Amino acid sequence: MAEHTHEHGHEHGHEHAAVATDTRPKLAVWKFASCDGCQLSILNCEDELLQIAESVHIAYFPEATRAVVEGPYDLSLVEGSITTPGDVERIHEIRAQSGTLVTIGACATAGGIQALRNWADVDEFRSIVYAHPEYLSTLDTSTPIASHVDVDYELRGCPVDKTQLVEVLAAFLNGRKPRIPTYSVCVECKLKGNVCVPVATGTPCLGPVTQAGCGALCPSYGRGCYGCFGPQDSPNTEAMTRQLAELGMTNADIVRVYRTFNAGSPEFAAASDKAAAVGDAAAASSPGGAP
Amino acid sequence: MTHQLKDGGQVMHVGMLARVEGEGGMHIEFEDGRVKDVKLNIFEPPRFYEGFLRGRKFTEPPDITARICGICPVAYQSASTEAMEAICGVTTTPEIQLMRRLLYCGEWIESHALHIFMLHAPDFLGYESVLEMAKDHPDVVQMALRLKKAGNDLMTVVGGRAIHPVNVKVGGFYRMPTVAELQRLRPDLERGRDDALAAVALVAGFDFPDMEQDYTYVALRHPDWYPLERGTEVVATSGVRFPVAEIPDHVEEFHVAHSNALHARFDGGTYFVGPLARYTLCFDQLSPATQEAALAAGLGETCRNPFKSIIVRAVELAYAFEEALRIVDGWRDGLAASVPVAPRAGEGVGASEAPRGLIWHRYRISEDGIIEDAQIVPPTSQNQASIEADLRTAAEKWTHLDDHALTHRCEEAIRNYDPCISCATHFLDLRVKRS
Repeated sequence: MAEHTHEHGHEHGHEHAAVATDTRPKLAVWKFASCDGCQLSILNCEDELLQIAESVHIAYFPEATRAVVEGPYDLSLVEGSITTPGDVERIHEIRAQSGTLVTIGACATAGGIQALRNWADVDEFRSIVYAHPEYLSTLDTSTPIASHVDVDYELRGCPVDKTQLVEVLAAFLNGRKPRIPTYSVCVECKLKGNVCVPVATGTPCLGPVTQAGCGALCPSYGRGCYGCFGPQDSPNTEAMTRQLAELGMTNADIVRVYRTFNAGSPEFAAASDKAAAVGDAAAASSPGGAP
Repeated sequence: MTHQLKDGGQVMHVGMLARVEGEGGMHIEFEDGRVKDVKLNIFEPPRFYEGFLRGRKFTEPPDITARICGICPVAYQSASTEAMEAICGVTTTPEIQLMRRLLYCGEWIESHALHIFMLHAPDFLGYESVLEMAKDHPDVVQMALRLKKAGNDLMTVVGGRAIHPVNVKVGGFYRMPTVAELQRLRPDLERGRDDALAAVALVAGFDFPDMEQDYTYVALRHPDWYPLERGTEVVATSGVRFPVAEIPDHVEEFHVAHSNALHARFDGGTYFVGPLARYTLCFDQLSPATQEAALAAGLGETCRNPFKSIIVRAVELAYAFEEALRIVDGWRDGLAASVPVAPRAGEGVGASEAPRGLIWHRYRISEDGIIEDAQIVPPTSQNQASIEADLRTAAEKWTHLDDHALTHRCEEAIRNYDPCISCATHFLDLRVKRS
């Protein structure tokens, strides 16, 4: 049967009639290793969804429709990270078929939480989760889309913010740059009039090094930011690490706080490695000491 | 779609099953007009959650495991908080439990509205997607979007955002929503309840393929209410019942070559979790209005036709709105948002009823709160064998259909489960082989 296995995605529900006369830009939505949350954000635009579907021709979006229109596509939205040999090939095919390629969310832009494997022994992970690791085909790393192909724009967030997503769609459909701030969550907190959680309550907060876009959600709920939009444009992680330590976090805590949904972003990865090295050195100098 | 094989057999093939969450495929092989083999292939790449949770802190699973699924993050948050609180010997307050139930109502509303109207209804009404359906049924689609939005708005107020809420922690919440914030949701919740009750009658008018299956249904049960954010015991149509902590003694996970999601057996056999199981096992706990709507829609107090799961989801949708209204109306300000939870060494289980069915987590943590072992068993994994059994029945029952119609019917049989393949793997490639 193997000789009859098709590259998935082009088998059924073909639409023919409308293609020749439809002048709307063709939109495709692709998924790699992910939770589906960022593409769900498109369906969560309840007020805008029908208008979006009028402005663009939704040509490939399997989570929403059986209909499949062949490429090329004017705009591809890509969710998820690259974790299998097959996916490495598939992203190159998608790039070749796409005019503009935009990655959406922390998996696609930084490798996602599954990038924690980049610091681990994947063979051990395989055997922890699966009785027959030999059935699996998986890479030792989880990497962002831009590590494999040229990406025209990266929209951050775990998940992406739907207002930002609509802005990116509008921008690319109108041939302009998206207006997405790259400053820190702190700016959003100030704009919102939030009390600063580390200052007021001593709660560790990644807001100073994290890109805005969520609307300073966590501080608005009285908790510290946990970095789900990834590093802001000029993060001072050294000062951040120092402050986290002053607020009582251990080196192991600091390593963990940088290594979540954007663990694979260069700035957070470096900051976590540095904290891990300090922790290792401290452990070496005081045998029996806590990590 | 049909390919002749060298050996004279036939394979029907659908690349990616649409309108499901995640990536999977299906393989059906015929010999002499009989179904020879059925496989649900799941090729969604593994992300190894249970692997990288080792070494993380016991406070982290609500944020980390939420990322297993963008459609049902609260199911993961609830099961993980339950498990950690059980391990640490902490009981939260009744109000914290109520607020968890309210957040979970938001997830049921959002997820059920999505599946009923945007993923499932197009099968019954003959469309490729809800967007196409919108041209001929604008009122239905507008209602669907309203319903879904009401669920997302509820999650946003209670959880901070609809996908991956930020307000949930082990021990409770970071901040309790205020009466004023909750009361602002009230008009939409009230309209949603009325719309959902109307939706029960609407979807009950669809044509349903005639198929009944002898499932072993398994669901949580709570003494006071229809199972949602938690239960005290697990009940099954086989007659067994036992406390949640004993789930691992009854469920055995195993790995098959054609799926990146582990399969599971319940007391050694195939079982079914989800809306049909909850409905059949806990019909008595639905509200009078939702019971009445269900019976008026032609359902009995039990339901064994998987295609009618769309009606049961609509009943649960209405129930979730009623529950949300009940909690919102009874809310008071000034309640503690959380209770302190200090780690202690041990092992424990937490379970909740995800929109797609029973989900459970088992963790073992050290005395300083570091996770030593984690096991996460989502509904779609547990349902894989039932899905394959339904595919076998459907393929045998409708063998006479042409390949196109049979393929579509089999896809429908999978969508009946609202499968969440991202969850289960932590897709669908349909192949029918005839010889």
